[in-house]
Amino acid sequence: MTGAEILIRCLQEEKVEHMFGYPGGAVLHIYDELFKQEQIQHILVRHEQAAVHAADGYARSSDKVGVALVTSGPGATNAVTGIATAYMDSVPIVVISGQVPTPAIGLDAFQEVDMVGITRPCVKHNFLVKDVRDLALTIKKAFHIAKTGRPGPVVVDIPKDVTAQTCAFEYPQTVQMRSYNPVVKGHLGQIKKAVQLLSEAQRPIIYVGGGAILSDASEKLTKLAHQLGFPVTNTLMGLGAFAATDKQNLGMLGMHGTVEANMAMHYADVVLAVGARFDDRVIGDPANYAEESRKIIHIDIDPSSISKRVKVDVPIVGNVPDVLEEMLKLLDTVKIDPAQIAGWWGQIAEWRGKECLGFKQDNDLIMPQYVVQKLYEITGGDAIITSDVGQHQMWAAQYYPFDKPRRWLNSGGLGTMGVGLPYAMGAQFAHPDATVACITGEGSIQMCIQELSTAKQFRLPIKIISLNNRYLGMVRQWQEMFYGSRYSGSYMDSLPDFVKLAEAYGHVGMRIERPEDVEPALKKAFTEHKNDLVFMDFQTNREANVFPMVAAGKGLTDMILAEDL
Amino acid sequence: MRHIISILIENEAGALSRVSGLFSARGYNIETLTVAPTEDSSLSRMTIVTNGSDEVLEQITKQLNKLVDVVKVVDLSEAAHIERELMLIKVRATGKDREEMKRMAEIFRGRIIDVTESTYVIELTGNSSKLDSFISAIDVGLILETVRTGVSGIGRGDRILKV
Repeated sequence: MTGAEILIRCLQEEKVEHMFGYPGGAVLHIYDELFKQEQIQHILVRHEQAAVHAADGYARSSDKVGVALVTSGPGATNAVTGIATAYMDSVPIVVISGQVPTPAIGLDAFQEVDMVGITRPCVKHNFLVKDVRDLALTIKKAFHIAKTGRPGPVVVDIPKDVTAQTCAFEYPQTVQMRSYNPVVKGHLGQIKKAVQLLSEAQRPIIYVGGGAILSDASEKLTKLAHQLGFPVTNTLMGLGAFAATDKQNLGMLGMHGTVEANMAMHYADVVLAVGARFDDRVIGDPANYAEESRKIIHIDIDPSSISKRVKVDVPIVGNVPDVLEEMLKLLDTVKIDPAQIAGWWGQIAEWRGKECLGFKQDNDLIMPQYVVQKLYEITGGDAIITSDVGQHQMWAAQYYPFDKPRRWLNSGGLGTMGVGLPYAMGAQFAHPDATVACITGEGSIQMCIQELSTAKQFRLPIKIISLNNRYLGMVRQWQEMFYGSRYSGSYMDSLPDFVKLAEAYGHVGMRIERPEDVEPALKKAFTEHKNDLVFMDFQTNREANVFPMVAAGKGLTDMILAEDL
Repeated sequence: MRHIISILIENEAGALSRVSGLFSARGYNIETLTVAPTEDSSLSRMTIVTNGSDEVLEQITKQLNKLVDVVKVVDLSEAAHIERELMLIKVRATGKDREEMKRMAEIFRGRIIDVTESTYVIELTGNSSKLDSFISAIDVGLILETVRTGVSGIGRGDRILKV
């Protein structure tokens, strides 16, 4: 069997059904084998970056490993942004890149690039397969590494001659690696300590990050939260892990978090961190956060996430659902008096009273928040929402309450503009019957606009909700607030006519300019055009800003509110 | 604070770059780094001398452990250990310096392993500060070339780093 055939067989053994890719010289043998089989559907994208983003979105919205295939050289380098994006958010994907034939490696051959070298800092692991006899085991390892432990992208670089060489094929059923054995079960002694702390807490908070979604811990987390009766806050990456509409939910925390979530996170006496990492967009300056004496319990599968920015009192290394399961067992024997935290809930109610997400929709200009709210209503809160990066991303996170995990796909860690449309493509392939909407802006959408063509080819009925303010909004907001309103490079001149653009790609385009047209247009898009891709160009208030806001480097209690201005 | 970290790592192509890349990407300091295969040729043993606060060292060991190719990591400097470094130093050895250099090498228990009419190559082994002392003990103007291996370390007694 040839290497190319072996590769395809391996992917089939891994139950891969969709693969996003773009062909080229170094992967021609592989494409030929793809042609001869039916189990794996290949989705031809229009740029390799989108192939990796789509595989990433596919993985985020399901519990499957996303797969992308790119050629050597520029194909490989185009994939790097996608790989780094998945790496920062710990998404399990396997990227297969072609490489020049082994005898040509290092000779500056046509379309040669050191893919293993380039991607080393932004992969969980990578491989260069130099011998066809190593191929099957390498693919097995790649999938194993991608999805176990703290998930992440794995790159397998395969020289063209390896895909032509032959050897017998046998797919290993198991894989043993002496250097890689992620911990699953948490340390029982630590879990006992944690439960003890939780039972004594007077101002507790459960702080939930993306790890709770990646590990499918929602059910156990919800049970735990309800049993404890504690307030819960989700990070941007954790939205949906604990239902947004649950009365115990304080909303998102962080730079654009709610007053109640940020204040509670700051003044808590016990923090239970679940698959979260106290990053700079969440707690701001760690020195400021460290001022308060509070006990932190941190559950994470990656030991290096613990005590990285904030000193943790009770570290628990393990798979989140496994640890929560143990906690639940122990909690059955502990009695927690709701009166103990009644005062805390009273304080939280006061913070909630600020209604920090309030905004006014007048008759003149469309407020972007209003569009997201209406989208929530019309989709019944049950769509898969992808976003790009910027103001629209924050408004989506703030005004579309997610009650289920894996419904909110965005680039939280790397902050990659351009992910929205390819994420939506990936999500639509993983969930063909789901409603998928991409909340974006006129800046971000143009970073992967070419994928409108892919969406046409595969008839993906994605709804693009573009909040068009003719500015690179988040940059403009910072410039307004911190750079004396000098809008350097942040305006968008010579924008395309997005309606015509959508139509040119064979889709439906709509331009919405008046507040009263928002709802009817959305309704039309989701009913009449249910099966079409609709590009909705909402002309929104140019000056709208995202609030609350914790300026970079400030502490969580130092929030700028809309009413302050 | 100075720490000596010992690593057992799969002897694969690129393994060294994974470790050195981790240090540069995360802004950790490498004072010296040595690596060679062990008696089991599928494994390499690496010794890294670094410095940083306790928090930084905790991150360094955690991040190293996270590398898929890394089998084991220990901070040798946490307990009793031995460290050695080898230096080859080429010095000018003419006139009165010729005898003086020979005497200094003997004091430091070095060996002269190459002799020409005007130069010696001295081989010196010890911990790093001993090698530093030798350099400062001789006339710096006479040093033609130095090459040091970097520190290798091993735990004392029952402290064993093995798979």
